Formats: sequence, structure tokens, C-alpha cells
Amino acid sequence: MELFFQQIVNGLVLGSIYSLVALGITLIYGIMQLPNFAHGHLYMLGAYVTFFMITHYGLSYWPAILFSVAALVVIGMLLERLVFRPLHHAPHINSMIASIGVMLFIEATARKMWGSDYRRLDSPYDGVIDLFGLTITEQRIIVILSAIALMIGLNLFLKRTVIGSTIEAMAQNREGAFLVGINANKVSLMTFAIASGLAAAAASLAAPINLVYPSMGAMVNLKAFVIIVLGGMGSIPGAVLGGYILGLAESISGTYINSEYKDLAAFALLVFILTVRPTGLFAKEAR
Amino acid sequence: MRSFPASKWVVPALLLVALAIPLLTDNSYYLNMLIMIFIWTIAVSGMNMIAGYAGQLSLAHAGFFGMGAYTLGLLMAKAQMSFLVSLVMAVALTGIVGAVVGMISLRLKGHYFAIFSLCMGVIISLVIEKWESLTEGVRGLLGIPIPKIGSFEFSTVTSQYYLILFFLVLAMFVNRQIVQSLVGRTFISIRNSEELAEALGINVMQSKILAFVHSTVLAGLAGALYAGYLRFLGPEVASIEHAFEMLLYLLVGGISTLWGPLVGTALVMAMMQLLQSWQDYRMIIFGPILVLIVMFLPHGIMGALARLKMKRQSVLPETIDNENRVIEKGTTDRRLAGGEIDA
Repeated sequence: MELFFQQIVNGLVLGSIYSLVALGITLIYGIMQLPNFAHGHLYMLGAYVTFFMITHYGLSYWPAILFSVAALVVIGMLLERLVFRPLHHAPHINSMIASIGVMLFIEATARKMWGSDYRRLDSPYDGVIDLFGLTITEQRIIVILSAIALMIGLNLFLKRTVIGSTIEAMAQNREGAFLVGINANKVSLMTFAIASGLAAAAASLAAPINLVYPSMGAMVNLKAFVIIVLGGMGSIPGAVLGGYILGLAESISGTYINSEYKDLAAFALLVFILTVRPTGLFAKEAR
Repeated sequence: MRSFPASKWVVPALLLVALAIPLLTDNSYYLNMLIMIFIWTIAVSGMNMIAGYAGQLSLAHAGFFGMGAYTLGLLMAKAQMSFLVSLVMAVALTGIVGAVVGMISLRLKGHYFAIFSLCMGVIISLVIEKWESLTEGVRGLLGIPIPKIGSFEFSTVTSQYYLILFFLVLAMFVNRQIVQSLVGRTFISIRNSEELAEALGINVMQSKILAFVHSTVLAGLAGALYAGYLRFLGPEVASIEHAFEMLLYLLVGGISTLWGPLVGTALVMAMMQLLQSWQDYRMIIFGPILVLIVMFLPHGIMGALARLKMKRQSVLPETIDNENRVIEKGTTDRRLAGGEIDA
């Protein structure tokens, strides 16, 4: 039983990371109808920035995360401006392919600049906490709590501020949003900024638990896509819930079934659910 | 899209050159490269059928390529079956799996289909990598015997060259027949607007499955030829990077053009060979090229040539414009139809 609860905690940690990445993808999809295949690689860049800020420039953990988020916000905005905005009126297959191009570029650049080595980031919080008989490292607790804080923050931003509600308005009804004078370019720029920032935060939080390497984003990216398809593309609660479901499914199946096939669990789940419900679990209407 | 080749002599001339190359040179480096170009062209032309003509971007094709390769490899190496039987079985298996996957996945539209097919590709490559008792996993599958038809052994590079050239010509011929037939027009009508095609009485689902199965069969065939040629397989043949590379070849050459797969594959693979010493920079160069192509040359080299020529001849300039407008309108409509989002 203790093993089971341990796996639940691990699942929550994984799920927190997945949710944050999936939130970014779903936000971008909601605004631009673009499945951003490069998103996982922004996540990877975020981890590297944090890593170098700590090891090379001697920043401490939290300022390094802040710097990484800021750097990725800028990169995300640049991508939107240079690549995706010009493609906005092209057929949708084009911007999807462009995002694949961006993805290949980012990964190759990272590999060239920093090599393919696996790097380890030492956590400043390596203590262990005893919680109801479970031993949990502090870093894991930080991941779970920060992810929840970020999600609440995002929710408040979208629901309670005027700028945030322009994002929601545009995701709900593009034409309606234009009618009330919302600037589409500004909103998509902002969405890219937020999504990239979330990815950087997620990667920086996860970096001390996982390793940092150039292709670390690829699998996370694929799984985040599984999540948003499960949750309904563009749906924010779907992304959060889907993230935790996948995290838990993975850590539990990894323990009780076979850890070799742990990565398969996510995709098998997707195939199964889409076979039964082609629109995803939480989509509002049939396509 | 039919305007290239301009004169009816281009195709026979190209074929003649292709047939003559092994007589002119026995440099196995060049022959090897041509063989690889032919193999990947077959696979890319399959991708072109489903993504270019039927408009459903499938990223599972590296998986099907790997499936074809491993089926032939395993049947020949472990079950001691003959080359031809293994080839037919490999093609049949990818076709059957393609039909099943297609029946499930083609109910999904647009991005959902692309993502689902991406996941299918990952599943296939993970299965190949992890099922070590069957595929030998990351150690790789060794000991595939030399392909033999009757008593003739395809042991030399030249004989392999002709074998694979034969299948390339066959694949391109079949593709041409399909594209110019009513079936091909059905595919295109689905790409332009599924709703409209349905309203015209086209069985959309059936046509999409047909296009998908045809494309997986071509990917499986290419994979099987690859296994028969290299006689060594590693799980990375099925990796998702190959699907992205195939997409690059297709886009450079020209999506939904008959000659695009050949032109794109030949050009990009040749460039990659030239940049061999720049191995690390390959994707740093090709990633942005992919972006620039969708921005400025969305129909690739062959599409641009066809358009240029049609404009120069200015036989019916309105038709091109009309065609463009119809395609664009179709896609816009599709976006609006599928544009409901819940946040």
C-alpha cells in the first residue's frame, strides 16, 4: 500500500509537469488552431537556460527560473511574430508543418551548442519530508505546489483581468472577439508568451528530478499532445485533468505492469479513448 | 498538376538514363545513393497520396516503413521464407494494419488525425524497439539472407539497383493512374472540402481509407526493399524523425504533385550527402528551409514549376486562379467548420 501511495505522489509530480506543458499547447491551439509541435522543444530550452544560469552564472534556483521564463517568453513571442503570424491565413496544414520545422531547428541547434550529454541539475532542496508515513523529497513537493499555484494564477489571469479575458473571448468566438475590438495579433502574441513561459517554468521545476538533454522535449511534447486530444483540443480544464490522469496512469502502470512499456501506456490510452470517443473526453460538441 | 513532364519524351528519357546509369558507372557510392533515393521516394509518394491528394497529414509513415522492413527481415531471417513471399507478406501486413488504423483514425479530422497518426507511428516504433524477443530491439536484426528470385541472387549493388528501380517505376505508374482516374479526383475533392464531397455523393470514409491503405502499402513496400537491400535493421528505421524527413522531402519536391516526391527526395538527399561533413548542422539548415517553403513555396519545386509554366503559356490564366481560389476557399471553410473551441 505504501508503494501505491508513493506512486500516486510520483504520478502527481509527472502530472503537474504534463499539465503545465499541455496548458501551453491548448492555449495556443485555442487561439490560433495551431498544434505547436515545437512546444516540447521550448520546454527543453527552458530547462537548459535554468541549468546554465545556475551552473555558469551562479544564480540561485528561483532567480534562475525567473530568468528562464523571461527568456522563453521572448523566444515564444519571436516565434509567433516571425513564423506563425505570417502563416495565419495559409491553410492549416502549413503552420503545422512550419512548427515541425521550428522543432527540428531548435533540437539540432541545442545539440550543436550543448552536445547530446545528459546533464544533472542538483536541487537546492534535496531534503526529505516525512508525510503520513511517506517519504517525499522536497523538490517533488515544490513541483506539485508550484504547478498548482501557476494554474490558479493562470485561471485568475484569464477570468479576472481584462487582458486575460481577451484570450478567452478569442478562444470562444473569434469573430465575436473582433466585433468588440479585440486585437487578434496582440492576443496571439500574448498567448505564445504565456505558453512558452509555462513551458519554461515546468521544465525548470522538473530539471532537478529528470535529466537535461537535447531530446528531453520530444517525449513530453508527444505526451502533451495525447493529453490535449484526450481533454479536447483548446480546453483548459481538459488539459489540466488530462495531465494528471496521464501522469497517474503512467506511474501506476510503470510499477504494476511493466516499466519497459511505460511510454506505451500513454499512446495506448489515446488509441483506446479515440476509438471509443473520436472527439476526446471533454469536447463539448461532436466535430 | 499534369503539365510536367512537358513533352512526352521526358519520361522515357529519364527512364533510359536511369537504366543506363549502372552501365556507365560501377561506383557503388553513387549507386547506393540512388538506391536510397528510390526507396525513400516510394515511401514519400505514399505519404503524398494521403497527405497531398486526400489532404490528411499522416505522420505514421515512418512506422509503416519500419513495419514493412521488419516484416520482411524477420520472415527471411527467422522464418527462412523466400524473398518474394516475404515481400508480398510485408506489403500485405502493412496494408491490413493500415486498413485497421485507417478505420479508427480517419474518423478524426484535421489536427486530430495528424496527432493520432503521430502517436500511431510512435507506438509502432516503440513496439519494434521494446519487443526484443522478436525484433532483437536495439541490438538490431542481423542475418537477413541475400534476396533471391528463383535462382537469381540480388547480391550485387547493380542487381539491387534494377530491382528497386523496377518497384519505383511501378509505384509511380500506379500513382499516376490513380491520380488521373476518378478515384484520384475523389481524393482531391475530399481534400478541398469533405462536406462538399459528401454532398456530391462521394463515400468520403471509404475513399479516405483507400488512400490511406495505398499510402501505407507503399511505405511498407519501401521498407521491405530497404531491408532486402541493407540486410541489417535497427529500430531507428521506424523513428519519428524519418517521418519528419519524409515530410521535408515531400514539401521540397511539391506536395500533391506526381513528380514532387522524386524531385524532393533526390534533391534533399543529395544535399544532405554533400553536407555530410556538416552532419550536425543538417537540421539547423533544413528546419528553417521547411518553414520558408511553407511560407513562400507551399507547392514545392514541382508545384512552382507547373504554375510558372501555366502562367507563361497563359492558356487559361483564369483557371489557375480559380483553382487556387477553390482550394483556398475549401480550406478556409474547413477551418470555420471545425473552428469551435471550448476554453
